[in-house]
Amino acid sequence: MSPLPPTPSQTVGPFYGYALPFPTGGEIAPAGHPDTITVRGVVLDGAGQPIPDALLEIWQAGPDGDLTGRPGSMRRDPVTGGFLGRDGVDFTGFGRVATDADGGWVVRTLPPGPHRPGAAPYLSVCVFARGLLHHLFTRIYLPEHADALAADPVLGALPPERRATLLAERDHDRTYRFDIRLQGGDGGHEETVFLAFA
Amino acid sequence: MSTPPSPPPGSSPALASQAEIDREIAAQYQSYVDSRAAGAPARQHPDRDYPPYRSSALRHPKQPLVSVGDPEDVELSGPVFGVTDVTALDSDLTRQHTGEPLGERLTVTGRVLDRDGRPVRGQLVEVWQANAAGRYAHQRDDHPAPLDPNFTGVGRCLTDDEGRYRFTTIKPGPYPWRNHRNAWRPAHIHFSLFGTAFTQRLVTQMYFPGDPLFPYDPILQSVTDDAARQRLVASYDHDLSVPEWSLGYRWDIVLDGPAATWMEEGRL
Ligand SMILES: [Fe+2]
Repeated sequence: MSPLPPTPSQTVGPFYGYALPFPTGGEIAPAGHPDTITVRGVVLDGAGQPIPDALLEIWQAGPDGDLTGRPGSMRRDPVTGGFLGRDGVDFTGFGRVATDADGGWVVRTLPPGPHRPGAAPYLSVCVFARGLLHHLFTRIYLPEHADALAADPVLGALPPERRATLLAERDHDRTYRFDIRLQGGDGGHEETVFLAFA
Repeated sequence: MSTPPSPPPGSSPALASQAEIDREIAAQYQSYVDSRAAGAPARQHPDRDYPPYRSSALRHPKQPLVSVGDPEDVELSGPVFGVTDVTALDSDLTRQHTGEPLGERLTVTGRVLDRDGRPVRGQLVEVWQANAAGRYAHQRDDHPAPLDPNFTGVGRCLTDDEGRYRFTTIKPGPYPWRNHRNAWRPAHIHFSLFGTAFTQRLVTQMYFPGDPLFPYDPILQSVTDDAARQRLVASYDHDLSVPEWSLGYRWDIVLDGPAATWMEEGRL
């Protein structure tokens, strides 16, 4: 049987804001966990302007490299129909954040572990925005794990300036910066590497 | 408000006319048809660079996507959702307030499948839409159409063992936007879907059959392949209509991207 043709993508549009984001969407780490890291950045367009209506989703392994995931990212209250927030204990591996008026976003999570022995850990990111007709995938690699990063096949195939767009910058202790540029521009900023899966 | 608003001062100095947008849509379509005649493969998704949709101009990458295909990629697994993430009322958008929303009551149902035709089970489906007058319950929607205090327009459910989802809602109205002068979106429901792999993620829009606005809408027309575009349009299904209650529409969804077949066991 030949594969079924897929349903085409359409833009998330400007009005997903009351439907998709949920409270504690960016709080992937269990509340108060001592290993919590913060990853923050901005989403920019081809003119270098911030995109205030982008939506990012994060999927990642747990600190032990486990990719099983768990429900409970967007727990709902059957009494009020509202959101309860996460239970503060389980690590679901999933986060969802909308950019703010300055194009900024932030997630607090646990550092992913290697999903196979020797793998460079990363956060997988799916980007949606008004004006973007089909979502984009990228990855946030953390700068520790130098040996694993050097051996990563995706990073290894990229020229240095492209490779740099997939590496989070360590701001200070346990805080990282990762900006996403949907399009390279005249200002000389490098377009983020986006991925296609075969 | 009984008169149309005048555009705010300083806004978009030179909006294109519908005729200009129509010409651009026709040119994009022709270039796709020509590429097919020259042997190019069918394009299942919109091109991210689609000039008639003005907001795409600065929001699409210019570099080609980098292909990855390691069977151990993190993206071949994905987030999981469960009964704690939805409530029973989430799939009935007409019962989320004390009163009944205005509009034509609908049942929208269908199956979510992967490209091998297997049902996508126990996965999250989220929907959002405008009310019957074409207005979103969103602060930035300044279309001067009435809000409906009995309609928010947000729903979610988990697919069942056959991959089926089902929502009760009202038919959304078409609404104006500022892509060009006299731009109107055909009535649509926004859908967000997860598969068993993050690579199968899909956000899209479902349209209603026979909408006269289809040819004028650069977002729908960004899907330049005729058969692919048709897959975004639900079918009216009289057997799904409930006597003296609601009209039925059927819309099946096929998720693209490699499925996490190796992960599937033990996930539900
Ligand atoms: Fe919409």
